Amino acid sequence: MKYFRLVWKNAWRKKIRTLLTVLSVFVAFLLFALLSALGFAFRGGVDVADAERLIVIDKISLINLLPMSYMNRIAATDGVDAVTHASWFGGYYQEPRNQFGQFPVDPQTYFNMYPEFNIPAEQFEAFKRNRTGAVVGQELADSYGWKVGDRIPIQATIWTKADGGRTWEFDLEGIFSTDDPRGSSALMLFQYDYFEEARAFAKGTVGWYILRVAKGADPIQVANAIDLQFANSPSETETSTEAAFAQSFTKQFGNIALIVTLILGAVFFTLLLVSGNTMSQSVRERISELAVLKTLGFGDRAMLGIVLSESILIMLMGGLLGLGLGWLVVQGLAQQMGAFLPGIFLSPGAIAGGVAMMIGAGILAGIFPALTAMRLSIIDALARA
Amino acid sequence: MRGLRQIFAVTWLNLRNLPQRIGSSVVAVIGVAAVVLVFAAVLSMAKGFERTMISAGSDDTAIIMRSGSTSELTSGLSNDQTLIIANAPGVLKDGDTAVMSAELYVVVDVKKKSTNTDANVPFRGIQPGAFAVRNSVTLVEGRMFETGKNEIIVGRAAQREFAGLDTGSTIRFGQTEWHIVGAFEANGSVSESELWTDVITLQDVYRRGTSFQSVRVKLQGAGSLQELKDALEADPRISPDVMSEKEYYSEQAAPLSRFIKLLGYPLTILMSIGAVFGALNSMYSSVSVRGKEIATLRALGFGPISILFSTMIESTLLALVGGIVGGAAAYLVFNGFQVSTLNGASFSQVVFDFAVTPDLLIDGLYAALIIGAFGGLFPAIRAARLPVAQALREL
Repeated sequence: MKYFRLVWKNAWRKKIRTLLTVLSVFVAFLLFALLSALGFAFRGGVDVADAERLIVIDKISLINLLPMSYMNRIAATDGVDAVTHASWFGGYYQEPRNQFGQFPVDPQTYFNMYPEFNIPAEQFEAFKRNRTGAVVGQELADSYGWKVGDRIPIQATIWTKADGGRTWEFDLEGIFSTDDPRGSSALMLFQYDYFEEARAFAKGTVGWYILRVAKGADPIQVANAIDLQFANSPSETETSTEAAFAQSFTKQFGNIALIVTLILGAVFFTLLLVSGNTMSQSVRERISELAVLKTLGFGDRAMLGIVLSESILIMLMGGLLGLGLGWLVVQGLAQQMGAFLPGIFLSPGAIAGGVAMMIGAGILAGIFPALTAMRLSIIDALARA
Repeated sequence: MRGLRQIFAVTWLNLRNLPQRIGSSVVAVIGVAAVVLVFAAVLSMAKGFERTMISAGSDDTAIIMRSGSTSELTSGLSNDQTLIIANAPGVLKDGDTAVMSAELYVVVDVKKKSTNTDANVPFRGIQPGAFAVRNSVTLVEGRMFETGKNEIIVGRAAQREFAGLDTGSTIRFGQTEWHIVGAFEANGSVSESELWTDVITLQDVYRRGTSFQSVRVKLQGAGSLQELKDALEADPRISPDVMSEKEYYSEQAAPLSRFIKLLGYPLTILMSIGAVFGALNSMYSSVSVRGKEIATLRALGFGPISILFSTMIESTLLALVGGIVGGAAAYLVFNGFQVSTLNGASFSQVVFDFAVTPDLLIDGLYAALIIGAFGGLFPAIRAARLPVAQALREL
């Protein structure tokens, strides 16, 4: 630390070159921050899934509906603590591109199942009392500027009403938020009773069931017991944990996410290579100065430290700026586009990984020049100059 | 003329002692190559996806769905409504019968070969007219399914991408066993991602009664789409969305390809900025290493303009080499690479190839040239302005 001024002065020996190196490191880590956040969104909430919640869907495909009569049979299964259901509404607001999750649910049991959703008690009571009431997540309300009391028309793509109409109007009774900063609340919930009464077809069905496993019960056994119960019926089921369910979605995007990650990894390392090369070059050019330092009495260890510190310093300057700007951009994106790109989040793990990479890259780029500086024979070096 | 000869002479001198500065030059080249590689790779994904979706659609085929549905999956039409469509004006007739196919579109879970996890594979029930309303669907293996039996024909792309779809094998969805009796090709279009069976069989197994989800009809001619649209929209018994198949598939492709491009272009710009820094660094060090040389040339009477241009040319050539290397790598690694992904618009898998097209490669080279020009400009100005006397004294 006592050599910090020296390291600093050395680093800015050639201002333009150092500035350019810092800037390319900056770009590399800005990219890194954005991609980590995007990767998090791609993993689709796998990290926030609750291990005690199980999802029951139709075995053939999620698009097939399950009979409402399964509700009581699932609730009566050993090891099931609570059960609720949801369905896919799949409508849009004003224009087809304004799509987000809309689910007809049973308000009381649904909110019991998801304690991480917070809603003011009086808003929740109003929602339960109003047959055409709806609640939305904070992110969604922000995106469309909705306030409690608004009347929101949703265009159905699947569920035409019994009267032939396809506009469903809801009264916004409340806005909920989620405890977990990583979770998304870009969804709209409304009363299943209204949905069931007004829809033109498929009455008596739901999309999927969500259940909570009782304390001490084995989730795998409970899942098997449920699937066994409905085996050989017209609607066979497939029960999985919330994490596995979320993962099955993410995996459907499949190789795309993997390919994007691979390409970007390659890019990132190329940028580091570019900056690493310039750094070692700048040290090589100063060999004679380093020899002078040694002549003045700096030891081998000090030489190693000084050169390595310079390299790490440059990486940290560019890298921290890049991560910082990346973080700001991600915050902005999450606020502006929460409804379209839910779950975009720069995790503390990614930030720590980024800082570790800066230090690692600094050591990699600086170690060979630093070793040269350490082993430098004063006479040779001065003679070369 | 003399100016040009000067520029040429100085540039040639620069290029001949390039090997002395090989380290920083190679790094600049790699930087540019990476930009072009990523640009071409990411956008070839969008290109390939669009090609697969759009080549499926034809202008002289119309698709009719329930009004308001955003895809076949969310639509629904009754048997009576399909008969109204069959008799509507504008529909091409073969003798007395309309050239059409009323279809049912469901999704089944099939394992993806690459990950061994479930994927939403589209499963379509068709009528015999399906081949006539689509361009270039041909059976290439086995035989056609028979009506009333649980038999499937599968698209070539689906067969390559998903497990257990070989001709002759049996696959189970829920309680029903299906026999795969043949495979078809469709020019690499989206149809090749699908499984096909007889629509009546599918209605029966999926308990859909006599309902359908979409109707495709062959149109009589250029004005027929509007004619059909007007006739159906005026009919109180049906409230349809009528569009050309081409229009439908373009709409289905739009969200995902927009997403890839939204990712691809900013990425390319960000990386290009990084590559410009790399090129700048390399050219600045080239100029500073050659300080004495440049000063000597100036003392001999070479003008500042020729020094400026020679530096710019060196930088541009390096970038061009990088662009060619990156483009070639993208083409060799990614062109024709098959992937499949979930298309949100239809909630089902689409199998497609990356398409590294010539226009993408040319755009990549433009990007490389721009990077080279920017990377060379300021160092070139510095080189041209180098005070001769001072630079020579530094000897």
